[in-house]
Order: sequence, then structure tokens, then C-alpha cells
Amino acid sequence: MTLAQQTLSTPVPVSSKNSTPRNSRWSGFAHLLGARLRELQREPEVIFWVFGFPVLLALGLGIAFRNKPAEITSIAVVAGPRAQDALSLIQHSSQSSSIRADVVEEQKALQAFRLGKYDLIIVPDGSASFQYRYDPARPESALSRAKVDDALQAGAGRKNPVSTSAIASSEPGSRYIDFLIPGLLGMNLMNSGMWGIGFALVDMRQRKLLKRFVATPMRRSDFLLALTSSRLVLMVIEIGLLLGFGILVFHMRVLGSLFTILLLATIGAVAFGGLGLLTASRAQKLESVSGLMNIVMMPMWIFSGVFFSSERFPAVVQPFIKLLPLTALNDALRATILQGASLSAQFGRLLVLVLWGGISFVLALRWFRWT
Amino acid sequence: MSAAIQCRELRKTYDGKIEAVRGLNLEIQTGECFGLLGPNGAGKTTTIEILEGLLEPTSGQVTIFGQTWKENERQLREKLGISLQETRLSEKLTVRETIGLFASFYREPRSPAEVLEQMQLGEKADAWVGKLSGGQRQRLAVATALVGNPKILFLDEPTTGLDPQSRRQLWDIIREFQQAGGTVLLTTHYMDEAERLCDRLAIVDHGQVIAEGTPAELIDRLSGHHMVEFQVSGDCDGSALGAWRALPGVESVRHDNGLVCLNVREPHLTIPVLLDAVTREGKQLLHLTTRQASLEDVFVRLTGRHLREE
Repeated sequence: MTLAQQTLSTPVPVSSKNSTPRNSRWSGFAHLLGARLRELQREPEVIFWVFGFPVLLALGLGIAFRNKPAEITSIAVVAGPRAQDALSLIQHSSQSSSIRADVVEEQKALQAFRLGKYDLIIVPDGSASFQYRYDPARPESALSRAKVDDALQAGAGRKNPVSTSAIASSEPGSRYIDFLIPGLLGMNLMNSGMWGIGFALVDMRQRKLLKRFVATPMRRSDFLLALTSSRLVLMVIEIGLLLGFGILVFHMRVLGSLFTILLLATIGAVAFGGLGLLTASRAQKLESVSGLMNIVMMPMWIFSGVFFSSERFPAVVQPFIKLLPLTALNDALRATILQGASLSAQFGRLLVLVLWGGISFVLALRWFRWT
Repeated sequence: MSAAIQCRELRKTYDGKIEAVRGLNLEIQTGECFGLLGPNGAGKTTTIEILEGLLEPTSGQVTIFGQTWKENERQLREKLGISLQETRLSEKLTVRETIGLFASFYREPRSPAEVLEQMQLGEKADAWVGKLSGGQRQRLAVATALVGNPKILFLDEPTTGLDPQSRRQLWDIIREFQQAGGTVLLTTHYMDEAERLCDRLAIVDHGQVIAEGTPAELIDRLSGHHMVEFQVSGDCDGSALGAWRALPGVESVRHDNGLVCLNVREPHLTIPVLLDAVTREGKQLLHLTTRQASLEDVFVRLTGRHLREE
């Protein structure tokens, strides 16, 4: 074997004290944070899941559950000699514009009723009366019965004993989208805190990068701080995006101060960061941490009132639901954004968040494995 | 010269039963390039990670420049450059950013640009780590160890899986570091690497040092420096090993892959007798070579196994 001696052009001094930079206390932290942000920025799917997805979700749900103008009721009138009477009565009533009536065969009418095409069937019987067929378990069916009955009676010349009037009210602040956006904000803080910290840590552990880092004089606390800070930077952008979206597209009104919202979100992000750290403190494989994350987050997706109010669950479980960190965060964000509640009024919720975060951090640091 | 790395009676037992390291003693002098040589699973990585302060030994003492890990971890970390086996650096950072990141952890690092030039990565400075070849990644891994301006370089199987040219480049870098006064501890299972690079070696097997010395000293232990390898007709199971051992000048004999290997002191005396013996028995010589004894022979002699075997 020939020894190919490749001589390198420049002799390298082991130490050249004059020209070498002296790093300050925080240079490690600054570089870790910079590196983390650059990595995130170069990961297109991160940009989508963190920024694009919540906005799309808000848009989709906002449109699906937008407040529609007065509901049109579809009903079927079973074909027969008196079907025309029913139709003309409805047409003469003041409700005629919001009721669409078709004349169909009885069998077809029943079939379509079962499929939800019609909310109500009118069956004219032999004499002068009409029979309603409706499903009391379907709110729109029950509503339809009242409305159609009112129309028929009015059309037939009923006089109201008391005169009434109504004013329509659908103010920003009470709509579904107003309820939804703070919930999405909370859910997103949970997702990005848990995944962004937990998943990233296990990934680095699996790649032996954590071990490589602790083989340097890097301060371990700087590392964890940089990881958390990188999430906080994303958080600020996320909040701006979601709230800005709600305000611009859905004319949402933000009553609370931006400072309070940011503070709440920061506490929430740090609490979920701690939970993510705890979940990932020992896991060696991405598969196992994914499972753990889902176990931890699943109850909160369901119970913590992201898409619908957590008040819908039975009273027995309410105390437990209130102790979940996401419930506390969602409730606090809603109270602040929608009702302009002050921080001091939310002491209990803040305490829940701080306790979850604090206990998680302490346990995580005790159990954490760098190798 | 003073000891840069010292360990006494090192033991590491995993889960209370698997004994990876069983009473290992080492003393590595400042300015030395020291190699831990051994087959896979011999305990090399466990040993080096204990010395690096990344693993806690079950018992035994480690000192680096006379200091223990427990009391001086931060100061020691400033003085050590480490390249682990199989670290996967972040793929979406550039080479320059990666080196800059590692440099930022040290109080007085070297200039990242200078290290990249030395490692011949200057042209790749703005490429993502994910786009590098295996050899370039390995050099980057060593660069992250060098950028802290260390006094000791720990390299765990630095050239495993590299092509011959990348291996030589890495050898040059290690020599350069050593010439500038640095101490190197490396593990390898490549014989030629150990012979070329290391001033001293320890052969490790089953968690213990079974031989230690300069490559030349270790080969000297075989007494005979030459190997005569041959094959005769009708003898493929090596049943006649005893007869070959009795030939003049033969120090030891073994059967290896259908060949009989004699470790001899003076081949010019042994070979004629060997040829006579073959003819006398009416057999045919199918193959005969002689060569200098190598570390591999030392290892096989000591353990009865080849280095690359499990």
C-alpha cells in the first residue's frame, strides 16, 4: 500500500490567543436560539402546521358555522285532495318566504324525511284537519313544526290576542367564530409547546445530538431556555396571525389588552413547554414519544373547550375539566379577548397553569436524560 | 511528560448484569496519540465515554490532567474535543452555522473559518449539513471537536465507513493536531490505522486491556516477526497443526480459513524444512506466502479471534 501523504498547506497553531474571540456568557444561548429558529424557518411543514393550519381551521369552521340568515324550512305535503289547501294557507301567511313546501307521494315523503331532506311532513286527513309528522329529537324538526303550525293558523285567519315585535341581534362577540378563535389559540399553544419541545428533544436525543452537546461546555439550562424561547418567538407570530385574521376576516372584537393576551399566552406556552419537556424527558424513540404526547393531549382536545364549550359535560366531571391546563388557558383567553377580563380576575386559572408548568419543569429536570 | 488521561480499575455494569468494562487501567501521556483497539462489543465505546465524562462508571477512578469529572466538569469540558460515534448533526443548518454553534459554547474557541479551512470544508461552508457526503460529515464532526481549541481530542471510530482517501485526510488532521502539542485518544478496529497513527495502543477485549505498548512492541511480543501461510493437499481441517508446530523456528501455529499460519522467527530456516516435510509425506503444496507479522496477528494470537469479527 502506498502512503499518500497529503500535506496541508497551513500549519495550524493550537492556540493563537490574540486572534481568537472570547465568547461572552450568553453567546451559547444566542447561537442555540438562532440555530433553532433557522432550522424551523427552513422546515416548510413547520411553517404550515404552526401558522397555516390554525388559520385555515378558523376559516373553515368560521364559514361552516357562520350565522346564517333566517333558516329556510323544507317541508313535504303529502299529495291528496287537500294538499293545495295547505299550500295556499302557508302562502298567505307572513312566513311564506321562509318555508319551502313540496307536494309529494306519502312513501317518497317519508323516505326523504328519514334522510333529513324535509324537516316536517304535513298529512292532510279526510276532514278539515292536518296532521304533522315530525321528529322531536331533531331541533330543526321541532322548530319547523311550531313555525308551520303558526303559518297555517295565521293563514287561516287567526288573530293574535297580544301584539308583539322583535329586534334581531347578532353582535360580534357572541358568534361561534368569536368562541372558536381563542380556543384555537389555546390549542395551538398546546400543540406547538408539546410537539415543538418534546418532539424536538427526542429527535435530538435519538440523533445523539444531545449527548454531543453535553460533551461541550454548553450550559444545559441555556439549551432548554433557547428551545423554549424559540417557541415563544413563534407564539407571538401565531397570536398576531390568528387574532389579526379574526379581526380582519370575521370582524372579531378584542376587548382585553394585547399585553394581557400576550402574558397569558406566554404563561400557557411555558406551561405546555414544561409538559412537553416532561413527556420527552426519558423517551428514546420518536414513536414512543408520539404515543405519550397523544395520551397527554387527547383529554384536553376533548374536554378543554376548543371547539365547543366544556360546560356541556356533566357537572360531576367539571372540577376535573377545570383543572386541565388547556381548559384554564382557553377560559382565560376567552374571558380576556371576548369580555375584557383583567388578569387579577383570573387568578385561579393562572394558578392552574403555573402549577402545571412548574411541577412539570421540576420533574422533567429531575428525570431528564441527555444521552 | 505528565499523564493527560488516567483511569484505574474502571468498571461498568449495565442493568446489574452486563459487564461492559471489567477493571480497566490506562495512562495516556500529554502529547501522545493513544489507540484503543478491539473488536466490536469489546467495551471501547463504553470506556471512552466514561473517560469523556458522559457515562458514570460503576466503580473506578478517572482523572483528566489530574482533575476528576465530578469536581471540575466545566473546566475539563473547555479542554476536550469530542467526536462521538454516530452523531447526526442538524441537516438544515449550514456547515458554517454548525461550526459557529459549537464554537459559541467555548470560552476561547478557534476561529470557525480557520477550522473549516483546515478540515478542507471551506468550499462547503454554506452548504446544508444534509447535503454533505459521508467523508465530509465525518470531517465536520471532527471540526466541531477542534473548534473549541482542545488539549485532548477524543475520537470514537473516526474513520469507520469512510473511503480510503477520506481516511487519510482524517489521519493527516489527527497528526497535525498532535504535532501542535495535542493529546489524542481514539478507538478503532482498523489495524493499519492503529499502526500508522498511534504512538501507543491498548488492545481491549471483554472489557479489559489484554496488551499494551507501542505497535512495534506489541508485534515484538509474537517473538517471531514473520508469518508463513500455506496450504497443502489433503489437509484442510488443520489436523496436523501439532506437526507444523514442531518445525524449527516456529513460535506458534494456527489454522485460519483453510490456511496454516506459522509465526516464525527466521523464515529462511523454516521454509526449507517445511518444503521437505511436505514432500516426505507425499503431499502437494497448494499455496505459500510469507509476510511481516501485523497487529492483527498479535490480536488473533491473544484472543483467538479476528478484530472484525463480532
